[in-house]
Amino acid sequence: MLAATVRVTRDLDAAEEAVQDAYVQALRTWARDGVPERPGAWLTTVARRNALNVLRRRQTFATKLALLLEPENTEMPEPDTDTIPDDRLRLIFVCCHPALAQEAQVALTLRLVCGVATPDIGQAFLVAGTTMAARLTRAKKKIAAARIPYAVPSADELPERVDAVLTVIHLLYATGHTAHSGEDLVRDDLTARALDLARMLALLLPADREVAGLLALLLVHHARRATRTDARGRLLRLEEQDRCTWDRELIAEADQLVVAALRAGPPGRFTLQAAIAALHAQAPSYAQTDWPQILRLYDELLRIWPSPVVALNRAVVVSMVDGPLDALAEVEALERDGRLAGYRYLPATKADLLHRLGRDAEAADAYRAALALSDNAAEQEFLAGRVRSFER
Amino acid sequence: MVQYAVLIFERETPGGVADIPPEIMEAHGQLPERIAEQGGRVVAGLALEPTGTGTAIRGDVVTDGPFIETKEALAGVFVLEARDLDHALALAKLTPIIDGGVEVRPLIGFAIVEES
Repeated sequence: MLAATVRVTRDLDAAEEAVQDAYVQALRTWARDGVPERPGAWLTTVARRNALNVLRRRQTFATKLALLLEPENTEMPEPDTDTIPDDRLRLIFVCCHPALAQEAQVALTLRLVCGVATPDIGQAFLVAGTTMAARLTRAKKKIAAARIPYAVPSADELPERVDAVLTVIHLLYATGHTAHSGEDLVRDDLTARALDLARMLALLLPADREVAGLLALLLVHHARRATRTDARGRLLRLEEQDRCTWDRELIAEADQLVVAALRAGPPGRFTLQAAIAALHAQAPSYAQTDWPQILRLYDELLRIWPSPVVALNRAVVVSMVDGPLDALAEVEALERDGRLAGYRYLPATKADLLHRLGRDAEAADAYRAALALSDNAAEQEFLAGRVRSFER
Repeated sequence: MVQYAVLIFERETPGGVADIPPEIMEAHGQLPERIAEQGGRVVAGLALEPTGTGTAIRGDVVTDGPFIETKEALAGVFVLEARDLDHALALAKLTPIIDGGVEVRPLIGFAIVEES
């Protein structure tokens, strides 16, 4: 709806205002006349009309005519639904423009395309809500002042612009998958929206292997989402998850995408991550996973994408191939490196390795450090349970 | 059309302008034409003498040298008109560069004081 409205205003703030007003009008009108047959279409039409009014008000500021206009829910013209996916894509490409800092790109997309609350975006990036709000404001100012175009990039620019979009979609899924401040670990609306965006991009760019890679990665995550927690909402580790309930159709679809992408050329980082996820998903059990093959994929992933988070995940695989002692050395090196300070999966990983080495007192300390960094209820319960079990 | 300043940053050479290769000088001469071919327009251009010729004023204190000491110094500025940022970036990429780059900034305004 915001995307369709910004096409009218060419101004993000005016569009946001128009959309908010549309919701207010909906509350009033729907309470009086009932909910229309297609609420989404109704809202989009009203928001666009509001946007036109905002523009008209700006152009002829003196006239108060625009204020008299009230939406009528009879004979509403239907918005052209075919253009809405394109609008959303245009909005994504604005939000992911290389002239913006990458963290601003992700934040803008979460805020404007997906409607994630600013404090939640802050959580995802380990910064305060106020810092994130300031970052969003700066980014919106730059879009307006530098005239970043509201358009899908030309064919020759498209591939290099896609990687930023894929990063954004992946982070969006991750935010939904592990909602940081919510009570529920999985927020289905966010994950489903990320999956929709990935599918839409795959339709638009069928030849792009990394788009296929990202879609495959999200499909595997999605296939396993029901087993991330138990019936009480408690977080389950991969080795505890019931593999019978994983969605085999989604995993098969992901596997086809991965195989096709790997055959077509050297894999990018999303294809490699998807290949790793698919190997996990196809293993009959945690112990029977093809760990050496997964380690080889991680080595390649770390080579093309030297991120400390990748190095941390690789360390877990090292523990399965070479043992927990080798893995612990790598985790401690990452700890000294400092870039993952505040990242709760580092002490959580360290704790697990220490426990496997029989050093439970140290493991309890590390779990406590992870607990202090988490504000997700399901994760806190999991971590507190681990601390308790080692204190005895 | 929107106006952007293209700030040219280059590594400074001991000989100043004399060290600029002739093909770069020639490319600078052709730049307005090439930008026009791609639908933009050069509005103005300023070529700066090396930073050693600059004098900085901070408050009341006057010092020699540039305001900001960097390896790559501001060598010149030109103002162009483009449809939007993507267009401006495509045009700014035509700038001949030896060992540096450019920064593209939208202009708030551009005025030339009329002779009376």
